[in-house]
Amino acid sequence: MIGIIDYGMGNIFSLQAALNRLNVKNELVFAVDKLDDYKALMLPGVGAFKDAMINLEKLGLDKALVEWTTKGKPLLGICLGMQLFFEISREYGNTKGLGLIPGTIEKIPARVKIPHIGWNKLNIENNHPIFKDLNQGYVYFVHSYFAKMPRDLILAQAPYGVEIPAIVAKNNIVGMQFHPEKSGQTGLKLLENWIQSVNA
Amino acid sequence: SMLTKRIIPCLDVKEGRVVKGTSFVELKDAGDPVELASLYDAEGADELVFLDISASFEGRKTMLEIVKKTAETITIPFTVGGGINSLEDIKNVLRAGADKVSLNTAAVKNPELIKEAAEKFGNQCIVVAIDAKYNAQKDMYEVYTHGGRNIADFDVIEWAKKVESLGAGEILLTSMDQDGHKEGYDLKLLDLVCSNVSIPVIASGGAGKKEDFYDAFTKTNTDACLAASIFHYQETTIKKIKEYLKNEGVMIRWE
Repeated sequence: MIGIIDYGMGNIFSLQAALNRLNVKNELVFAVDKLDDYKALMLPGVGAFKDAMINLEKLGLDKALVEWTTKGKPLLGICLGMQLFFEISREYGNTKGLGLIPGTIEKIPARVKIPHIGWNKLNIENNHPIFKDLNQGYVYFVHSYFAKMPRDLILAQAPYGVEIPAIVAKNNIVGMQFHPEKSGQTGLKLLENWIQSVNA
Repeated sequence: SMLTKRIIPCLDVKEGRVVKGTSFVELKDAGDPVELASLYDAEGADELVFLDISASFEGRKTMLEIVKKTAETITIPFTVGGGINSLEDIKNVLRAGADKVSLNTAAVKNPELIKEAAEKFGNQCIVVAIDAKYNAQKDMYEVYTHGGRNIADFDVIEWAKKVESLGAGEILLTSMDQDGHKEGYDLKLLDLVCSNVSIPVIASGGAGKKEDFYDAFTKTNTDACLAASIFHYQETTIKKIKEYLKNEGVMIRWE
């Protein structure tokens, strides 16, 4: 069973629909004391970084998620959910993130159109079980900020003016900057592979 | 950049049925929006737009049901436009599973709505639709509202820059002159808007053949091409158009 963290930040419905299509049992969860019911957690999200952190803190999920990952349990962050894994975001001033992965969230340099909206090719940088049987790699991005982070934690990047870290991983924490639930068959395959890799 | 150009079919929905595309006779259900959305997804569409042209409250309620079913069914993002007037309307459509909303008349009447919506829901989900028409006497493109019935008192460049500064994530730019004529997109209009804003621009109005997509993508800085009727005929498919673009060296998503 997978728990999808529901903290009032965006389109959870599509992620649930994608998991249902893959026949993966899932539930929405926002209560800290319920987290242990799940084998793995997903942290989705669209919108502003600061609002997201405030919402997580209100529910006590900030500390709970740190604790969760300290135990080595699997966590997948999607879009804003992934950005929250980092130490600091520069969106509207500086906001502290969960600090699970070293690095900062910065605005995409303005020599390209912002937001970065559309289907971008993924370039795989480091091998990982989530790339198993992946035929091609176009995935759907919608964001204006990106992670500035250590290279060795980047599994795949998407060139868009700068190299946008698209899939990142540290131990049992995986983040996707794009929307796998909106990325056609490629996105579904990535979700499926992640679920298999964490045995959820 | 390895960002691909997007092809976006547009479905006009009235009282729960697709109203354009009368020649869809060979499909199981000619006018079912969810079925068509699913077909376009399978054919390689990069996104979809639903334009709700329902005249009744019941029709709008039905639209939310369609949005929900579509979100359960397709694997690509989709936008809902038509009759969205308030933050409440936006919330309802996004909650039902749409990825973006498109604002038109309501944004012209109350530009602050763009700002409030972008702040509340994120600018990535706020598309502003601009209907523009060339005025030869003044040599400028004027903005129209209410489906082309009323004229706004500013030109397209002014308005495009304003919606960008208010936080719109994308502009859906329709040429009223080209719309329905199948003689190609209005390249002059596209170029004008693309060179004055730094957010993505979606071209709309005038697609009649595959070369029209090529022209928009190679002669202007357009990010996506929207089309309605061209996809509703069996002789042209999204796949064929994308194959042509790919062979001509345009970056597109190909599965």
